[in-house]
Amino acid sequence: MYRYDQYDQSIVDARVEEFRDQVARRLSGALTEDQFKPLRLMNGLYLQLHAYMLRVAVPYGTLNGRQMRMLASIARKYDRGYGHFTTRQNIQFNWIELADTPDILADLSTVEMHAIQTSGNCIRNISSDQFAGAAADEVTDPRPWAELLRQWSSFHPEFTYLPRKFKFAVIASDEDRAAMRLHDIGIRIVERDGEHGARIFAGGGMGRTPMVSHEIKEFVPLSDLLPYLEACLRVYNRYGRRDNMYKARIKILVNDLGAEEYARQVEEEFAGLKALDLDPPKAEFDRISAYFAPPAFETSLSDDIDRRDPDFAVWLDQNVRTHKQPGYAIATISLKPVGGIPGDATAEQMEVMAALAERYSFDELRVTHSQNVVLPHVRKADLYAVWQTLREAGLAEANLDLISDIIACPGLDYCSLANARSIPVAQKIATRFADQKRQKELGELKLKISGCINACGHHHAGHIGILGVDRKGTENYQLLLGGSGAEDVSLAKITGPGFDEDGIVDAIEKVTDLYLEQRTEGERFVDTYRRIGMPAFKEAIYG
Amino acid sequence: MADLLHYREDGPHEEPAVTLDAFLDQSNATAVRLESDEDARALLPYLDRLTLIEISFPTFKDGRGYSAARILREAGYIGELRAQGDVLVDQIPLMRRCGFDSFHPQAEVDRKALAAALERQEYVYQRAADARQPVWKLRHG
Ligand code: SF4
Repeated sequence: MYRYDQYDQSIVDARVEEFRDQVARRLSGALTEDQFKPLRLMNGLYLQLHAYMLRVAVPYGTLNGRQMRMLASIARKYDRGYGHFTTRQNIQFNWIELADTPDILADLSTVEMHAIQTSGNCIRNISSDQFAGAAADEVTDPRPWAELLRQWSSFHPEFTYLPRKFKFAVIASDEDRAAMRLHDIGIRIVERDGEHGARIFAGGGMGRTPMVSHEIKEFVPLSDLLPYLEACLRVYNRYGRRDNMYKARIKILVNDLGAEEYARQVEEEFAGLKALDLDPPKAEFDRISAYFAPPAFETSLSDDIDRRDPDFAVWLDQNVRTHKQPGYAIATISLKPVGGIPGDATAEQMEVMAALAERYSFDELRVTHSQNVVLPHVRKADLYAVWQTLREAGLAEANLDLISDIIACPGLDYCSLANARSIPVAQKIATRFADQKRQKELGELKLKISGCINACGHHHAGHIGILGVDRKGTENYQLLLGGSGAEDVSLAKITGPGFDEDGIVDAIEKVTDLYLEQRTEGERFVDTYRRIGMPAFKEAIYG
Repeated sequence: MADLLHYREDGPHEEPAVTLDAFLDQSNATAVRLESDEDARALLPYLDRLTLIEISFPTFKDGRGYSAARILREAGYIGELRAQGDVLVDQIPLMRRCGFDSFHPQAEVDRKALAAALERQEYVYQRAADARQPVWKLRHG
């Protein structure tokens, strides 16, 4: 994976000192909260309901054992012994003291980590495929491209005060594991005549006006990529709406102009920028790529796995995926134990994951947008040992992509914008469907919960989505069906009137029962929904 | 209005800037003011005879002026480029990179904090409108 050189390190260190100075000015009263707010937001520090929350960037979701250990240490030293992995492949600490934040950032910088641009109206952490470098279906590892974008976007002088936040995702596979089409700009690396280039999609996003992005360019060669993206951002920075924060994302601009007209304006801007020769040479991309060279996989390993332990076999079938290298596998560690908080991990669990990565996965871990952690390169022969260790740490839930593998935003338990709690609803659903056989029977079912219309829990992209609303002062939950953030991207639709906390769990049972009754061979829940349509489901719920 | 901060060899342009409309109407003026929603490209035919372009920042969050500044510099404008309005200390280093070389913030600027902010980042990742070399240039020559 990527390692900082003296320049990267110097930039992050300077940022720590800058924030130390800003916090000191705030604590001394030289800065008011109003003046301080934009500064702390640029460093991922939010004021929540009960305390400060610090969001730490995990660039494209990749980290090593040492970095994970540092996150554990921060959880223990400055928080309440745990952290929360987010849908942007980052980690949040929910109980932070303002005065500690400069020290936390300093600790992070010792392991090449930071909180730069994890909030604010700027280009956020670049997200990517958690199986990058391991997936059998990728044309190349997308992370060198993501790292190129990370550097380009860090402290970009022109794009730090955009109309609104800006999210990139980069993938390089047929399967979309990163919800690429629901990003402000989604990039898919493709091959053309033996050359890799970027297929560009713009204007996707969730929030209160969810939209699927539009393809604006079929192929941008590496040598044009940064000026092209610079053009995309410049058109947005100049013409994105600034009068209404709910209409300020690029999706609204692309929708208002039409994707073709937006693309035309980008081309025009690009022609000017390209001529200026502002972008790095190929040698820089090659330098970055070298860090992502495949690890030293052993060859001629056996593909046999001893399945005699039935509990292990269940986990193996559910949480382990095919690796491109024979003899290896990709193992997903579920952070969704039944009754737990989706995405939370204790310091001890982080240390267990770090140790497993160091011993069994070439010292690599990945955070997924569905709030789990991946060991990307495990020898098949080691899977049983890995599973045993995970089981002892309470990390061996065999529910990847099943109904209890829920994405949930922090909701009213933490978030000052929330209308309703998300976590207790997730816990109730997981508990109702706890039986492994029942979950397995239901098959792939992506359930996503947001505590308000801002959609941090991606409810629009859930096969089943839940949206918390405020109904005359009480928490109420709307049910949505038919969304997907994957390659079959679609937006979920609301079924009808909402429910209370128990009612929503019952309603989910009704729709899953209908699915079991109606499905044909090989159909997932979302396929059946798409085939038979909303009315049948409405009838089952309200009829 | 606080002091003018000026980073040019020549002195600050003294005459008041006229609005874009007035400039396009009359125009032998040499100083013009762009509101944040006005198109900097409207000035491109006249860059030779302009000595001051003032760009307004009605709130610090309105970042359109950063693009306007780069567009003007990219088109070869070499006169004074001034940021006026809600301009914060911690934004000035970025504005310098976009080609601004004078600042007229509406609130008093803490000079010490500004000096520290301008010094802070020894390295930058991108080529922009200033003369700073990006790290990829330092890495590869
Ligand atoms: S969806 Fe709403 S409640 Fe949930 S984290 Fe986002 S803003 Fe907060």
